[in-house]
Amino acid sequence: MKFTHEKIEINVGLMMFLTMLAISIGGLVEIVPLFYIDETIEKVEGVRPYTPLEQRGRDIYTREGCYLCHSQMIRPFRDEAMRYGHYSLAAESQYDHPFQWGSKRTGPDLARVGGKYSNQWHVQHMIAPRSVVPESIMPNYPWLLENELDYSDIEDRMRALRMVGVPYSENEMEYQANIKQFGQEFADKYNIHKAQETLLAEAQAQDYDGDRSRVTEMDALVAYLQVLGTMVDFSKYDEGYFAEFR
Amino acid sequence: MASGAVAANAQYNYEIVKKFAIMAMVWGVLGMIAGTYIAAELAFPFLNFDIAQITFGRLRPVHTTLVIFGFGGSALFATSYYVVQRTCQTRLWGDTLAKITFWGWQIAIVAGVLSYMNGYTQAKEYAEFPWVIDLLIEVTWVIYLLIFVQTLRRRSQPHIYVANWFYLSFILATALLHTFNNLAVPVNLLSLNSYSLFSGVQDAMTQWWYGHNAVGFFLTAAFLGMMYYFVPKQAGRPIYSYRLSIVHFWALSFLYMWVGAHHLHWTALPDWTSTLAATFSILLLLPSWGGMINGIMTLSGAWDKLRTDPIMRFLITALAFYGMSTFEGPMMSLKSVNALSHYTDWTIGHVHSGALGWVAMVSFGSMYHMIPRIWDTKLYSSKLVILHFWLATIGIVLYISAMWVSGIGQGLMLRAFDEYGNLAYTFVETVSFMHWPLVIRMLGGMFFVSGILVMSLNVYLTIRGAKQEQAAMDAKIAAKMAKA
Repeated sequence: MKFTHEKIEINVGLMMFLTMLAISIGGLVEIVPLFYIDETIEKVEGVRPYTPLEQRGRDIYTREGCYLCHSQMIRPFRDEAMRYGHYSLAAESQYDHPFQWGSKRTGPDLARVGGKYSNQWHVQHMIAPRSVVPESIMPNYPWLLENELDYSDIEDRMRALRMVGVPYSENEMEYQANIKQFGQEFADKYNIHKAQETLLAEAQAQDYDGDRSRVTEMDALVAYLQVLGTMVDFSKYDEGYFAEFR
Repeated sequence: MASGAVAANAQYNYEIVKKFAIMAMVWGVLGMIAGTYIAAELAFPFLNFDIAQITFGRLRPVHTTLVIFGFGGSALFATSYYVVQRTCQTRLWGDTLAKITFWGWQIAIVAGVLSYMNGYTQAKEYAEFPWVIDLLIEVTWVIYLLIFVQTLRRRSQPHIYVANWFYLSFILATALLHTFNNLAVPVNLLSLNSYSLFSGVQDAMTQWWYGHNAVGFFLTAAFLGMMYYFVPKQAGRPIYSYRLSIVHFWALSFLYMWVGAHHLHWTALPDWTSTLAATFSILLLLPSWGGMINGIMTLSGAWDKLRTDPIMRFLITALAFYGMSTFEGPMMSLKSVNALSHYTDWTIGHVHSGALGWVAMVSFGSMYHMIPRIWDTKLYSSKLVILHFWLATIGIVLYISAMWVSGIGQGLMLRAFDEYGNLAYTFVETVSFMHWPLVIRMLGGMFFVSGILVMSLNVYLTIRGAKQEQAAMDAKIAAKMAKA
């Protein structure tokens, strides 16, 4: 018997089935292999999960919608290398839930902003961007310095992140594994049970916002910005090494 | 009540169509005002007023949610519920369930917008709804699918009309995309915050698989469904080619799902994925233009309607913009073009030539056709439709050209080197350069907003007129009854 399109047009079930088939294939072919092909994420040393303070800073970054004007993804072009640094690796965002690569640069890329400016500069720039960059069109964020950082749910946050694959430690075995992988200092910071202490100690030690007496949202955000793009030491790798993974 | 109205109301569920149509207008006005406001914030940053809730970063998802899901979504619910009833010649299945889709959808929009303004977001573009609202949307959407399919099943025609294929494909695809891109673990059950199940490169790929198909199915396939009913209806002629509609329907449904990764060219996404996406993006030109040709050629032999019928003008101009942006899209998906266009305003301009030119224009045309029919009356004013048409068209042209200048200009400046091989411009110099294009884009937005305000007035007066006619008719009948 000859097949005609009419058979589909008179049968809702068949039409739904064939439509589902048509719309499923693209995603299956492009997404699923990314979880299984080893070369998708480069083999590189140094990339580590965020500390509690950095992670809270990242939460503020997403809350304010920074990703709508700033990318975190340097492309392998000469001008971007000169402006921002080495192109971004997939490995560098492997602990980013959600990813913050962005899609628009109304402001510059931030993938390697860590260490480029002083803490003081960041604080001033957040409160009043035009006081340091007169042509800037970024909004002022004065409340970041006024608001005390809420870290009451930091343990829950780390547990949720642990569930999606970030190796924060809940028990001795995981803690020992972290010592092996990230060293004693960071293994301690990734211990969920000590998260609040760790966060306070971090804020005290670095004094990101210039006021040690309180932990503000500014402390967390600056801590996050200062670590962006600094985890991999590119001098350790030959030029061309990362090209193998592309 | 008038006998005609009684019959139509008994046969079809127009109440639900009316509700969604009105909310489409409300969200359209608010969403476009929000868009114009954030455009103004970029041109004149003092407009952020140091108020957290209205800074650009928090208002931008408010704008996209209101126009895509509020305006677009409500217009799609309204027209799909209308079209499926008319083409199947049967009443919508499930009156109460239809009401639940209405309230579910509206609550999701309001709750979403309030969440973003207060700092709760999943921080994935167009999927910013906090996880609780995602669940509400999921339930609403499954009910929508059920209503649509059950209505199709009790059609009194043997064939399912082509507009319904597109609506069905849109409902299925949206369910698939929404489910997988929003997989996340909440911080705790009382928190609105959650963390995406995926990270980095996999999260990026899933997001743009979702993001581009929000464009492909929510903003294209569904509106093609709208086009396939309202263009032939308004033209009073059959669709140009039945065969073309079959070919481009299946090609479009299949191809769209492959192209999302063109948003990730030159990133840390593996090259094989983005090359595949670029290839399918080029192929996608064919079914896109298939739809445009099928729509525009429906008017073949009746071109004079473009001069005489302002509603037709909306519909055909929408198709012309659809053709233009589906040509621009594949071009921008080429890696060499994308290297310049990505991260710039060119993308924003491209999206809006589709969103304003195609989605909004085809919705306006369809609503102008549908609203008088569901209220059983005549449109208040055709002149106001013409005025709306010109305000909208001028607005779009200003918007797109400003974004070309801003986007291409910034792209060229960022990759310019001086004679010693140093960067010719700092980043902030490109920001200064973009000031005037951003001002003109804001003006374009203002034109477009005034257009939809004119439409709202026209729709309001049309509905008020319908109610007065109804009241006069009721009074007459009552008087007659009293005499008898």
